[in-house]
Amino acid sequence: MRLALDLFTVLAVSAGAFFFLAGTVGLLRFPDVLTRLHALTKADNLGLGLIVLGLLPRAEGPLAALKLLAVWLFALLAAATVAQLVARVALRRNGRSPGGSAAG
Amino acid sequence: MNGAWLLLDLVLVPMILAAALCAVGARAQFTGIVFYIVYGLLLALAWVRLGAENVALAEAAIGAGLTGVLLLGALARLPAAAPAEPGADGSPGTALRLAAAILCAALALGLGAAVLALPEPAPGLADVAAAHLPATGLGNPVTAVLLVWRGYDTLLEVVVLLLALLGVWSLTPDPLWGGVPGPRHRTRPEGVLVFLGRVLPPAGLLVGAHVFWAGADRPGGAFQAGTILAAVWLLAIMAGLTDAPAVRGLALRLVLVGGPAVFLGVGLAGLATAGAFLGYPPDFVKPLVVLVEAALTLSIAVTLGLLVAGAPERPPR
Amino acid sequence: MTDAATLYGLCGAALVGIGLYGLIVQAPLLRKILAFNLIGSGVFLLLGAIAERAAPGRGDPVPHALIITGIVVALSATALAVALLLRLAGATGRSTLSPEPPPPAPGERNGG
Repeated sequence: MRLALDLFTVLAVSAGAFFFLAGTVGLLRFPDVLTRLHALTKADNLGLGLIVLGLLPRAEGPLAALKLLAVWLFALLAAATVAQLVARVALRRNGRSPGGSAAG
Repeated sequence: MNGAWLLLDLVLVPMILAAALCAVGARAQFTGIVFYIVYGLLLALAWVRLGAENVALAEAAIGAGLTGVLLLGALARLPAAAPAEPGADGSPGTALRLAAAILCAALALGLGAAVLALPEPAPGLADVAAAHLPATGLGNPVTAVLLVWRGYDTLLEVVVLLLALLGVWSLTPDPLWGGVPGPRHRTRPEGVLVFLGRVLPPAGLLVGAHVFWAGADRPGGAFQAGTILAAVWLLAIMAGLTDAPAVRGLALRLVLVGGPAVFLGVGLAGLATAGAFLGYPPDFVKPLVVLVEAALTLSIAVTLGLLVAGAPERPPR
Repeated sequence: MTDAATLYGLCGAALVGIGLYGLIVQAPLLRKILAFNLIGSGVFLLLGAIAERAAPGRGDPVPHALIITGIVVALSATALAVALLLRLAGATGRSTLSPEPPPPAPGERNGG
C-alpha cells in the first residue's frame, strides 16, 4: 500500500512537471500572445493539478489536503482571469475589438 | 537526500540572480518590474529553504505582491518615459558605468568574503528563544519575538507604517486635501475582473483570518494576514466594485490608529500588571497577544492598502 | 562549506552588488526605487544566512522577526518614494533627477 502510494505520487508529480515543461516550451516557441497564453494556462493548470493530486496522499490530514486543493483552485482562478485580461489587451493592440468586429 | 536539496539550491540561486539582473537591466521598465515580481516569488522559495516560512509568506505577499502592484501602478501613472539615448536623461556614460560595476563587484565580493568567514556555529538566540517559548503559550517563535520579546520593535514598526502613510498623504496637492486616492476604476460589469473581484474577497477574508489565527502557533501572523486583506481590498477597488475611501473620514482614521492604540494600551497596562512597559501578566500572554494581533491585522490591512493606493487624486466627496 | 546558509549568503552578497549597480547607473527614478528594493532583500538574505548558521535546519527566530519588520518597513519606504516620484512627475513632467528639462523635440529647439 505504502509503495503504491509512493509510486502514485512519483508518477503524478512527474506528469505535472512534464506539463510545466511543455507549457514553458510553448511559451518560448509559440508565435503570438494568444497561443502562448493557451500553452501557459492549459499546461500550468493541468501541471499544478497533477502535482497537487500527487501530493494529496502525503497530506497530514483532511485539512491539509483541503488546503492543497484550495491552492490549486486559487491558482486556476487567477490564471483564468489573468489569461482573459492579457488576451483582451492583446486583441485590442491588434486593432480588433474583443467582440470580433474590426475597429480600424 | 542532502544532495537533492543541494541540487535545488544550485538551481534556485542562479535563477534568483538572473531574475535580479533582468529586473535591473531590462530595457523596458514594465519588463523590469515583472522580473522583480518573479524575483520576489523565487526569493520566497529561498526563505523556505532557509527554514524561515514566516519570512517566505511576508516576502511573497509584501515583497513580491504589494511592492509589484505599487511599482506597476506608479509606472502606469507616470508620463510615458522619454526614450533615451544614453546621457540624454542623466544616465551615466561608459566610464562611470565601469567604475560603478567595479565598485559594486568589490562590495559583493567583500560581503561574500564576510559570509565565508562567519563562525560556525554562529552565535544566536535560537536556543534562548526555544527555552522561553513555553512560558508564552505560543507555538510560533517568530510571533513570540515580534509581540512578546521585541514588542518595542513591532510597536515602533506599526508607527512607522502610519508615518509613511502620513508622508504619502502630505504630498496631496492642496485642493485635493482629504480626498480620495487613485482614479475611480471603471470596468465592464460583465467582465472577468469584476467576477474575480466578487469571488476572491470572501475567500481572501477567510484565508487572511486563517493566517492571522494560525500565526500564534504556526507560520503566519498579523503582517502576512493584513497583507492578504489589503490585497483583496485593492482587488475590489481595481475591479470598480467599491471605491477607495476619502482620507478625511473619521472612521477610517480610527481604524488606522486602532491597532497601534490597542498595542500601546496593552503595553501601558503591562506597567501595572507585569511591572514593565509592553509586559504581559504571565497567565494571559497568549490571549493578549492574540488581541493585539487582531487589532494590528485590521490596521495593517487598511494602512498597507492606502499606502499602495497613494496620495489622494480626487477631491473629497 | 557548500551548505544552504553559505550559498544563500553569497547570493545575498551578489544581490546587494546588483542592486547597488542599478541604483547608481539607472536614471529613471522608478528603476532606482526597484534597485533599492533589491539591495534591501539582499541584506535580508545575508541576515537569513546568519540566522540559518546560528541554528541549522530551523533558523534563529530573532533575525527572522527582524527581517519581517524590515520587509514591511521597506514597503512603506517604497510607497513614500513612489508618492514623491509621482508628485515630482506631476509638478515637473520628469521622472528622473536630471537637472535639465527634457530635451525639446527636433525642430522646436530655440523656438522662442
